[in-house]
Amino acid sequence: MSDFETVAATENQAARRGPSGEPGTPNQIGAPQKPRSLAGDAWRDLRRNPIFWISSALVVIFTLMALAPGIFTANSPNDCLLSRQHAGPSGGAIFGYDFQGCDTYSRAVYGTRASLLVGALAALGTGVIALVVGMLAGYFGRWVDAVLSRVIDVVLGIPLLLAAIVLLKRVSSGSDNARIAAVIFVLAILGWTTAARVVRSSVITAKEQDYVAAARMLGAGNGRIMWRHILPNSLAPAIVVLTIALGSFIAAEATLSFLGIGLKAPTISWGQDIDTGRIHMREAATPLIVPSAFLALTVLAFIMLGDAIRDAFDPKLR
Amino acid sequence: MFRYILRRLLQMVLAFFGTTLIVYALMFAGQGDPIQALAGERPVTEAQRAYLTEKYHLDATGVGGFFYRYFDYVRSLLQGDLGQSLTGRQIGDILQAAWPVTLKLALIALAVAIIFGVTAGVVAGIRRASIFDNSTLVLTLLVLGIPTIVLAPLAQYLLGVKWQLFPPTAGSQPTFYALLLPGIVLGSLSLATALRLTRTSVAENLRADYVRTARSKGLVKRRIVTVHVLRNSLIPVVTFLGVELGNLMSGAIITEGVFNIPGVGFNLFRGIRTEDGPLVVGIVSVLVVVYLVSNLVVDVLYAVLDPRIRYE
Repeated sequence: MSDFETVAATENQAARRGPSGEPGTPNQIGAPQKPRSLAGDAWRDLRRNPIFWISSALVVIFTLMALAPGIFTANSPNDCLLSRQHAGPSGGAIFGYDFQGCDTYSRAVYGTRASLLVGALAALGTGVIALVVGMLAGYFGRWVDAVLSRVIDVVLGIPLLLAAIVLLKRVSSGSDNARIAAVIFVLAILGWTTAARVVRSSVITAKEQDYVAAARMLGAGNGRIMWRHILPNSLAPAIVVLTIALGSFIAAEATLSFLGIGLKAPTISWGQDIDTGRIHMREAATPLIVPSAFLALTVLAFIMLGDAIRDAFDPKLR
Repeated sequence: MFRYILRRLLQMVLAFFGTTLIVYALMFAGQGDPIQALAGERPVTEAQRAYLTEKYHLDATGVGGFFYRYFDYVRSLLQGDLGQSLTGRQIGDILQAAWPVTLKLALIALAVAIIFGVTAGVVAGIRRASIFDNSTLVLTLLVLGIPTIVLAPLAQYLLGVKWQLFPPTAGSQPTFYALLLPGIVLGSLSLATALRLTRTSVAENLRADYVRTARSKGLVKRRIVTVHVLRNSLIPVVTFLGVELGNLMSGAIITEGVFNIPGVGFNLFRGIRTEDGPLVVGIVSVLVVVYLVSNLVVDVLYAVLDPRIRYE
């Protein structure tokens, strides 16, 4: 079983179990407190948390690597010579060469782009769906909430990896970009539910606030209240959930690519390289270990970052 | 309570039809001429064409025809008839051979999660904010964050190939020893989640009123923990482990694929690799049902075990 599924499943269960479940509503973020605001408190907590700094640094490094891989390696990932198959380190190839005679390190560096792109766009898509659904359900309540909540329940009941396998098998051909788009699409439409629940519950808290009543008395319509007053105040918990989701989407993409139904050949992806490295592990281990380390570090960076921020904003959960 | 069960049941039925509809629509609808696809390059005689059209109700076209065939598929799915894989074997037979292996693996994983996860969770919950507690928190975060596609091949390489403590792959007739390493890899995720769940639950219950009462009665700490706290703390853990058994049985695709264990996940892994459409659809359909049913059972179990939870 894949871990993103377990993590998601666990979170889902906790969310579904309601009262005793854990990831409930983060408190009204930004609500003024006596000496410091909650956000200020959270920031003070965060600054002292080494995990926050380590994971932020990793996120910055990997983002840089995705944007400008040329800074990190001089070699091309597609400069492959079979004659140096599994050859040891030389020149710029600090981790040697893989089965096809490509620079292992360079391929791992260039693989960052596809992974982060898929993770970020899938998280963005998830965020948009979750915000719309959560906002509508939380703000209007009544039958809108009833219908949307049931939809969330049903989508939550669909196992992510299995559904992704079926959906992606259908898109067996197409250009590189079409494949990347397909993977993003599949992850986004299957993965938005947890975030939608978080948005819904924070919208429900936010809409009872005095400033919303004040805005309504001043004559603001539903659209304006939602956009100008509730959205900014329910965004923070959603962003935390999405940071963690970004990490699990990267893991999900790698898993799908590993299975051979995610990203395919001309696109360089860690999942595929791990699969190739795994098959040839008896001859050479570095082509397996290097992309594995990159993948694990990236996923961990995002999950730890989200976890640290969540802990800071909601110390109850600790 | 009854209304809750009924609602969950209805939800499950909806999810079942939703997922099977997606599976079916994606795999079988709009694929051009299915009869020619079945025959490959060979010509199809009129008689064969007529027979197959009759058999699969291909003469009904449009949306009505699609749903007719969809319900046909659901009916045979519910009757346990999963059809044949491209290699000509009955998918039901493949699954029958694969289940015991997968179940064995899942039970090993679950045992690992219970023995290590729950024990460490109880200790961490009692000694909150201690070094042990903080290090288990970081460790579990690491385990939860590292994807199986990293964990499984690395464990196989280090423990199986390099240091040769375990057999790197299980064969067609896996022994308990051969399944141990994959079981640990598979169970590590459940272990981490079980640990965190136990820890939170124990820590929460230690602050409960009944614990204070027990303490003021003069009971020794050992008795308070084992009799009062543990009993109440393990409710969510038990339900989690229940749903986890369902998950483990349905989802060991990567672990079984990497360690070459001839279970259900391995067959799915192979089906994906060899582009065996019917095999993938058959297995996925069954796994979805297993997943939905295990989720339902656990949700109901939870409501029964913990009456404090009120469902509207």
